[in-house]
Amino acid sequence: MSVARRATGWSAGLAVALAGVVVVSAGIGPVPVPAETALKAVLGAIALPTISGGEVVWYHPFEFSLRSSHRAIVMRVRLPRILLGALVGFALGAAGTVMQGFFRNPMADPSIIGVSSGAAVGAVASIVVPASIPFGLGLEPAAFAGALLTAFGVYAIATENGRTPVATLLLAGVAVQTFLGAVTSFLLLQSGESMRRVVYWLMGHLDNAGWADFVPVAGVPVLPLFVLGCFVVLLAYARDLNVLLLGEEEAAGLGIEVERTKRLLLAVSAVVTGAGVAVSGVIGFVGLIVPHVMRLVVGPDHRILLPTAAITGSAFLVAADTAARSAPQELPVGIVTAAVGAPFFLFLLRKRRVHEL
Amino acid sequence: MTDDTTATAGSTADAGPVLSIDELSVSLGATEVLDGVSLDVGRGELVGLVGPNGAGKTTLLRTARGTLAPDSGVVRVAGDPVADLSAKALGRRVATVPQDTSIAFSFAVREIVEMGRTPHVPRFGAMGDDDHATVERAMERTEVAEFADRPVTEISGGERSRVLLARALAQETPLLLLDEPTASLDPNHRLRTFETVAELVEEGRTAIAAIHDLDTAARYCDRIVVVADGGIVADGAPESVLTGATVGDAFDVDAVVTPDPVTERPRVTALADLDPDAEPEIPPVDRVHVVAGGGRAGSLLTRLDRAGVEATVGPLSAGDSDAAVADALGLETLEVGALEGVDDAALERLGVLVERADAVVVADVELTAGLAPVLSAVAESGTPAYCIEERPTNERTRDEAAAEAYRRLRVGEAGVAASTPELLAALA
Repeated sequence: MSVARRATGWSAGLAVALAGVVVVSAGIGPVPVPAETALKAVLGAIALPTISGGEVVWYHPFEFSLRSSHRAIVMRVRLPRILLGALVGFALGAAGTVMQGFFRNPMADPSIIGVSSGAAVGAVASIVVPASIPFGLGLEPAAFAGALLTAFGVYAIATENGRTPVATLLLAGVAVQTFLGAVTSFLLLQSGESMRRVVYWLMGHLDNAGWADFVPVAGVPVLPLFVLGCFVVLLAYARDLNVLLLGEEEAAGLGIEVERTKRLLLAVSAVVTGAGVAVSGVIGFVGLIVPHVMRLVVGPDHRILLPTAAITGSAFLVAADTAARSAPQELPVGIVTAAVGAPFFLFLLRKRRVHEL
Repeated sequence: MTDDTTATAGSTADAGPVLSIDELSVSLGATEVLDGVSLDVGRGELVGLVGPNGAGKTTLLRTARGTLAPDSGVVRVAGDPVADLSAKALGRRVATVPQDTSIAFSFAVREIVEMGRTPHVPRFGAMGDDDHATVERAMERTEVAEFADRPVTEISGGERSRVLLARALAQETPLLLLDEPTASLDPNHRLRTFETVAELVEEGRTAIAAIHDLDTAARYCDRIVVVADGGIVADGAPESVLTGATVGDAFDVDAVVTPDPVTERPRVTALADLDPDAEPEIPPVDRVHVVAGGGRAGSLLTRLDRAGVEATVGPLSAGDSDAAVADALGLETLEVGALEGVDDAALERLGVLVERADAVVVADVELTAGLAPVLSAVAESGTPAYCIEERPTNERTRDEAAAEAYRRLRVGEAGVAASTPELLAALA
């Protein structure tokens, strides 16, 4: 079977599973919504953009008559949170896959070059010492800026004469993460009354999500488009990523512009991870485990692995967040992903199936 | 950067050398590995790059494919400087079969071979029918088609190196670089790999292979380039390049080159089972005559030479590999024609050599008829005699008269040693 057909088949199957998870999740909560109603409400939320008179007008192909309370709960409360989780999971799954392939290292995850710790410093600083943030940026932009600055800094530290050895990058990332961890801890000590908010952000969370988190500009949600755009770029480089797995020298011999490709993969992964972390905080293990599991299922070919890991990341984070908000006391989703993910990872490790990428 | 779409296997036909290296100097870190190397390789040549470990063979290949940037000098592939070509353009001109064949990812064999098409497939396009056909052809030629769907992590090292050759073929480049392609292979696979490469070269491709095994190089290459001490020390047909002197200098070993009886290509025998840094054993003798033959005395002659003893050898027929060793070491040799055998003239000259020597050593030779008068002459000369007996006398008796002469020599004052080192100790 050709790669394209395998990729499409797997992706379609997993997309159906994701849709299932979304609908089930939309039905779960303090006010139970029957499955059929949840399905109708989700379908009713589907909107296609049309341009009319120079303005974007959303056309809803499915309209059902539902109890307005149910519709409001699904549309205003649950669906934004679910879709945000799906988006962040998608970003982390994709970026994690790329980073593991890029570093040829099973311990790599989306924050390996310090993106998450940079975002954490930005976010925590904006909570604890808002005055320190230039231009009076809000929490999300500050986190995003912190992520990008850190990624760029790590890259610059590890680059010499236009070459960026992967091992140097990895070590520089670890060192900078440690340093920024110290900065975050220090800020945490100074946080006083806002400490709870800081800790909550650091743990990774999706609560209080609303449609505003999708960064609508003129009625168009920019964040999903941005993440999808990055994903398409990464997908276009999936074949190069395969060849890079053979080693950089081999890849160069096979016609890959190694340094340029590495730069692009790093930049796009950092940006997409930064965007995800900025809106959700540090959610661990999704970008580490999901690519591993999918590699066991579909093999190492990134043309198949990348889309399937992204969609699975989506479904996993939505499911984990559903569990997080269904707990007697609502938990940050980062706790759930780590609590579920780490033992599963150890299980795979003991089964000796994750020794290779 | 130029990104050409035309330079495929056929189109560089007559436009000068496929690979042209001009005054190339390359450093790895602070060490200058290559110093002013120039080399032109034309279309349809199979060039064997030989030389000791660390001489710069791999560095030369890595620079030729643009992996290493030279300190100075230019490498041109099919006319264009490598530094000016995009990775993609270069990937269409040069394919490499790497030395290290480990692949840590469980791609199927076919997927690995398909990666060879990377420089030909556009980023937003898929492989076309032509690409697939090329991949299948490459896999059939290299005999990997039968396990095309197995994970590359689950096949043997020999199979893996053929997969990498298939990948290089799928690249459809005019120039193939092979870096010790058969280092990990058993002799059968080694042969098949080089047969395949030789066929490709006959079809008009050009191949340059760093080869550790000199016999393989001599057998398959039209041209041997010897790399040593950062430069090219010899370049030419195997017969002219692979001489005892050249090989000895380049590898810093004592080597003997004899024609292979089957292939008639030069065959190289390194005599260095000797540690060059070890203290030489110095027997207190200045001059030793060795009765050699059948290749039994190669090690002894080399060791004596190392120890600074002036050795003479004979009688030997010209084709004997002991004669080749003696020749390589520049020893005075009493050669006898195959037809005449040991005649009176030869015995007379032997008498002179034995007379001059402080000791005579009879190596562990076959006791043939021709040896009978030689051994008698040694026994009568009065020069102290030593025998090396790695095998019992009766196992190497071919002629009773010779055996009788040998026994008389032993019954006299001759010292007997069971091995070459023991003999050297006895001399001391």
